[in-house]
Amino acid sequence: MKKVMTGHKAVAEAMRQVEPDVVAVYPITPQSEIAEYYAQYVADGIVRTELVPVESEHSAMSACVGAAAAGARVITATASQGLALMVEILYIAASMRLPIVMALANRALSGPINIHCGHSDAYLARDSGAVQIFAESAQEAYDYMLMAQRIAEHGDVRLPVIVNLDGFTLTHSSQVVETLPDEEAKKFVGDYEPLYPLLDVDNPSVWGPFAMPDYYFELKRAQQAGMEAVPEVFLSVQDEYSRLSGRPYKGFFEAYKLDDAERAIVVMGSTAGTAKVAVDELRSKGEKVGLLKVWLWRPFPRAEVADALSGAKAVAIMDRALSFGNMGALYLDITSAFAGREGPAFVNYIYGLGGRDVPVEHIVQVFEDLRDAKAGELRYLGLRE
Amino acid sequence: MPNVKVLAQRQEQRGSRFTGGHSLCSGCAEPMIVRTVLNSIEDPVVVANATGCLEVASSRYPTSAWNVPWIHSAFENAAATIAGVEAAYKALVRKGKITRRIRFVAFAGDGGTYDIGLQALSGALERGHDFLYIVLNNEAYMNTGVQRSSATPRGAHATTSPAGSVIPGKPQDRKDLTEIVVAHRVPYVAQASVSNLIDLANKVERAMKYEGPKLINVYSTCPLGWRTPWDSAVKIAKLAVDTCYWPLYEVENGVYRITYKPKEKLPIEEWLKPQGRFRHLFKSDKGREIIKELQEAVDRHWEELLMKERCTQGKG
Repeated sequence: MKKVMTGHKAVAEAMRQVEPDVVAVYPITPQSEIAEYYAQYVADGIVRTELVPVESEHSAMSACVGAAAAGARVITATASQGLALMVEILYIAASMRLPIVMALANRALSGPINIHCGHSDAYLARDSGAVQIFAESAQEAYDYMLMAQRIAEHGDVRLPVIVNLDGFTLTHSSQVVETLPDEEAKKFVGDYEPLYPLLDVDNPSVWGPFAMPDYYFELKRAQQAGMEAVPEVFLSVQDEYSRLSGRPYKGFFEAYKLDDAERAIVVMGSTAGTAKVAVDELRSKGEKVGLLKVWLWRPFPRAEVADALSGAKAVAIMDRALSFGNMGALYLDITSAFAGREGPAFVNYIYGLGGRDVPVEHIVQVFEDLRDAKAGELRYLGLRE
Repeated sequence: MPNVKVLAQRQEQRGSRFTGGHSLCSGCAEPMIVRTVLNSIEDPVVVANATGCLEVASSRYPTSAWNVPWIHSAFENAAATIAGVEAAYKALVRKGKITRRIRFVAFAGDGGTYDIGLQALSGALERGHDFLYIVLNNEAYMNTGVQRSSATPRGAHATTSPAGSVIPGKPQDRKDLTEIVVAHRVPYVAQASVSNLIDLANKVERAMKYEGPKLINVYSTCPLGWRTPWDSAVKIAKLAVDTCYWPLYEVENGVYRITYKPKEKLPIEEWLKPQGRFRHLFKSDKGREIIKELQEAVDRHWEELLMKERCTQGKG
């Protein structure tokens, strides 16, 4: 069914259809409405979820860990400072292989305090062990919230999954979203079979033991195996979901007019929509430009991204967060994937920090500047010098 | 009502919930408290443990001293973790996936409760989760090397409030966590001590009659940190009780009851003297002044407690 709704509502709809056992949330702009919609579902008896309206995001993730280890299906949502507060426990959730699904309404981290979009929150959790997916639209946020459940709970993965959606740009704007009928969504997500639940009191399990140098390393390596299993699971879940929804999700990223592109942009999140308009404009003038929009950021599909970009002459990699003292994180991901092989000239653009608008003309200018790209350059898009 | 015989029988029946083979120091009060608590609960239990001595000494991978489901997440979040477990339980009962009664217990130290975990505890108390929170109160950060916490008594030597030539130990008074919890108006709050295990068992039993948040702040001697002999755990804790430095009382639905009133209230020096962490107080005028002030504080708090008991029991 097609309806006009905000990104918040799209995420809340997916959550309503999943109907997790426990939702532990704390309000923060621009995520709050997700929590509000869900609280209303609970208040109206539409879902049987146990809502835990915690006193902080730290406790939100802590309660998620307790609930997930107990054997419950668990969802949470946050943004920015909230994620920063969660990060300590997010690492622990990943180490316990707990399939907690989280919607992250991307917002620039303080300071200065700012409520608008940036990817510095997602970057903060980059090495946490959580799978990270970026949505371009409310539709993708809805779709990936359902797919995230399957990816997180897959027996070979069992990791937290974060679905990133740009704060305000996606969370607060109304878009057309097509949702699945409830029964189809529920059937797709399926029943949850927890492993070694704490509530199986006849078979006591130990969660979160203490590991010294004799075991810590092996345990962390075992955790990496969960990450290594993600790509295959991701593709098969996408495949099943595409057939069900009629919306084509195929691959770790969307390659938009990229095949014969000489100049390309790589971007994550809603800016991909703007970039598509720029690509279309330039294509109509006969320019060979294209776009690679990353869906799966962690684990990073190194080989596939490198293959997709290898035909271009120059590529602008766009990071919506600074990694102080170095190039942007996405730039490093992609350029390191080209180690030992010939590749295009890569330029790094830092853009859109703190919700700075990214108009089509700016993307057009990036493509223009790529004509004489100086490889390895760090540029700032839309910055007043 | 448990007596020694009942406690012994329960140890036979349920004593393996927390087994030997942990690596807590000899003379540590914690295993006695943990066993007494777990033995006093009839239903199956799930335990959440904050980071601390108990967690580290009982869960070194790939071993465990726990025969009950057990989770450790971090230092400051035992209350939020057990809240999540309990929320999962409620949801799964509602969906018919679980039918038996399961109870929930959190163990955390004073550092993990009075200091870094206070917010998570307050939140879980206010939300009304059904759990029993046990504070293993040894009055400092023992696991990290005896640093001061907000439970550390005034004048005590701790490694971050050392007794120096100018400053004689911790300058500040301890926080009254028990009363902070009482202010949350939860059904059951108590203070107990390793020196009075029957009293502790009674309190656990009474606490578990209630659905909702319950907290027992248990005085837990640390011979290593307090610089007392290895066999002194019960004796020192008893002196804390008999000097009324650590009164044994409970607050049931707002009604105070002192569960032990010493026949003769001993002077505070009796409790201070055997402990190395207070030794310096007896060697200077400043120290002796602190002892006097400690005594005054104990007297004042004891009188307050007696008054609260009288008032809330309608005898005021």
